[in-house]
Amino acid sequence: MSDRAFTYGIWGAALLVSSAFLWLLGDLVWHGVPHLSWSFLVSEPMNAGRAGGIAPILVSTVLILAVALVAVVPLGLGAAVWLAEYTRRGGVSGQSIRLSLDVLAGVPSIVFALFGYAFFCVFLGLGFSILSGGLTLACMILPIFIRTSEAGLAAVTDEWRHGAAALGMTRAAALWHILLPAAAPAIVAGLMLGIGRATAETAALIFTSGYVDRMPESLADSGRALAVHIYDLTMNVSGGDGAAYASALVLIVLIVAINIGALSLSDRWLTRRITTS
Amino acid sequence: MTVNFWKYMASLAVLLLLACGARAENHKLVLTGSSTVAPLLLEIGKRFEKQNPGVRVDVQSGGSSRGVADARSGLADIGMISRALKPDENDLVAHSIAIDGIGIILHRGNPISSLSDEQIKAIYTGQITRWKELGGKDTRITVVNKAEGRSTLDLFLHHFALKNSEIKAQVVIGDNPQGIKTVAGNPGAISYVSIGAAEYEAAQGTPIKLLPMAGVAATVANVRAGRFPLSRPLNLVTKGEVTVLAQRFIEFARSGAVHDLVENQFLVPLAR
Amino acid sequence: MTWLKTSSLSRWHADRRLAPLLAVLAAGAALILLLVLVFLLREAWPVLNGNGWQRFFGDDGWYPLEGRFGLLAMVWATLAAAFGAILLAAPLGLACAVFVCFYASPGLAKLYRMMLALLAGIPSVVFGLWGLTVLVPLIARWQPPGASLFCAILILMLMILPTVALTSVAALNAVPKSLLHGAAALGLTRKGIILGVAVPAARAGVFGGILLATARALGETMAVLMVAGNVVQNPSGLFEPVRVLTANIALEMAYATGTHRASLFASGLMLTLLVLVLASLAARIGGHTRNV
Repeated sequence: MSDRAFTYGIWGAALLVSSAFLWLLGDLVWHGVPHLSWSFLVSEPMNAGRAGGIAPILVSTVLILAVALVAVVPLGLGAAVWLAEYTRRGGVSGQSIRLSLDVLAGVPSIVFALFGYAFFCVFLGLGFSILSGGLTLACMILPIFIRTSEAGLAAVTDEWRHGAAALGMTRAAALWHILLPAAAPAIVAGLMLGIGRATAETAALIFTSGYVDRMPESLADSGRALAVHIYDLTMNVSGGDGAAYASALVLIVLIVAINIGALSLSDRWLTRRITTS
Repeated sequence: MTVNFWKYMASLAVLLLLACGARAENHKLVLTGSSTVAPLLLEIGKRFEKQNPGVRVDVQSGGSSRGVADARSGLADIGMISRALKPDENDLVAHSIAIDGIGIILHRGNPISSLSDEQIKAIYTGQITRWKELGGKDTRITVVNKAEGRSTLDLFLHHFALKNSEIKAQVVIGDNPQGIKTVAGNPGAISYVSIGAAEYEAAQGTPIKLLPMAGVAATVANVRAGRFPLSRPLNLVTKGEVTVLAQRFIEFARSGAVHDLVENQFLVPLAR
Repeated sequence: MTWLKTSSLSRWHADRRLAPLLAVLAAGAALILLLVLVFLLREAWPVLNGNGWQRFFGDDGWYPLEGRFGLLAMVWATLAAAFGAILLAAPLGLACAVFVCFYASPGLAKLYRMMLALLAGIPSVVFGLWGLTVLVPLIARWQPPGASLFCAILILMLMILPTVALTSVAALNAVPKSLLHGAAALGLTRKGIILGVAVPAARAGVFGGILLATARALGETMAVLMVAGNVVQNPSGLFEPVRVLTANIALEMAYATGTHRASLFASGLMLTLLVLVLASLAARIGGHTRNV
């Protein structure tokens, strides 16, 4: 294969994927935009979601995500640091934890749904609540986040570690000021993958955060997530397709916003750590 | 960094405590069960809340068997099921709130306008595989069946005296809208779905049509009059003593005050 | 990559408390799997107890209400759909990553990454809806009934491609620039640099991404349920309908009781074990390539 053919191949693949994506997105916009309006965003759903808006569902979605992130970020970062910095390559404990994380990443969401229902809702007594939903999602996205963060940390060259050691920094300080900022792009990428999967999750949330489409008053309330709403409108409520497409568009915009936020946050973190330390 | 960890952990613990502390259940009804019934009860619940300030009605979807299980265990005050109670469920009491008719649908472009019970049976058991054999186009028949355990499947099998293992399906679906979308996208498909939903979709321009069964047109009017051969009741189920609030809610859900809501979900209110 | 245990730094007070804390966090994360497995076992026990599991492989067909519990056809279907998808998504995803890192201008690269992240965030039910209303009718016109293994593979490929691409981008970006400059200085062409230096250097990350994507393909539920046809049969052709294990659970769990319910939990357990086998296999292969 010549260099030129390779270039064409790469461009071709990139074009193929983006055109499939544009096809999908175009379809969503085509069907969804007629239903989209300001009042759609700020009013309550009516007639099982066919009419009215999605305000309570948006609030529930954001709350569920927030609960999941509050649980995942510290736990996941800690685990990733331990795996990347404190285990020997090929060591038994590290390998077995990595393996169980990889398996956990492959546990189907429907199984998480049943697990979350039995563990958080019934066993811990949280009931159908935003909290149960968020914690179930946290279990789901934890392995993705840990493995990508670990890969990011592992990719930081050893020279940086040696440099930090030579300066007499503690390992904690080296981690906080050098290694984590250096791995920030990978950590953010992992977080985005996780958020993407969490916001897109349907099965696990029907059984945990529930079906109630009222405005949640606390984290102990049941609240319907956007993806559950879309699923219900397309698969269970006849005549709900228009509102479903519009909700899908809103969901996509939400994800873009979160991604942009995460990217700029990681940029700022990177520059701040490096300049002030 | 450790400080931040503990900050996070502490806030997590606070969240958990908040959640446990904030549960007041005096004026709360929990309903769980059938996904077919859930959207209707959601709307009935909202109207009930409006008329009874301070009351909360939480509706959770998840299937008829969950409705039965949760009503039995007390996890839910009221269960929702999209079928009649089975003989081994006579510890529960059923309260019918609506009826749902099940009709055969084809793609609108299919020239076939009626099928006898024998023909439907032959199609579903794989003895007839092309529309040509029934006077239609020379295309393959795509048989759409429901997944195991669905009450519409039970009803269908019972009506045609079939066993599910005898059916040779090309597509197996879950809920009604999936069946309607599948038939709308495949000119050779045949399926059976809720009549109200199919009538609505056909009126909206979705390319499907309902076939009469045993000479009775598949219309909501015929289901309401009890003339249509394939229909099922939608029930609320309770176990033992019922609270005053639950009793009031069941009466409300069975009353004429919610008939418009029942019709909005393309279901058939009980005849009065 | 790892500091030696004898490093003088580990005597620092803060550090001594940090390591066990981190270890506990990591162990806690891994413990979730144990919790899930224990719970699955408990629910599936009525079937597993007393040689019930033999029926999963011995019985002909899946008709739980008639007492027939053959799962094997669904296991094959699950594997066929997942591997078909990864076979398409791995080269395409890697190509997209190479495009972002080596071909696109910085602005275009940022846009493209944003698009991939977006694609990763589209809910599976939207992919399913799109597949059901656009792709299935298209395929049905050509090869009825349309809802088929082929359609499932295409939809799954679209869903897992961003995972492969984004992790590969991260891995390629982490390749030291000095390595690439060195290769360029040696007079390698762009293709030579990419295939000879960058991709091999990033292979651990790429491999990890493919592993994650495979796991997701195996576990995907809603989208496959909407486009695969869900008929329980051995995957005999690309255009035949199949039912995967996850779709089976999602379709029937809400309506299952007794043995039927327990056997669905057992199929969830089987799926988890399938992933366990694949992951350990992949870890072994990955370990070998890293040692070479």
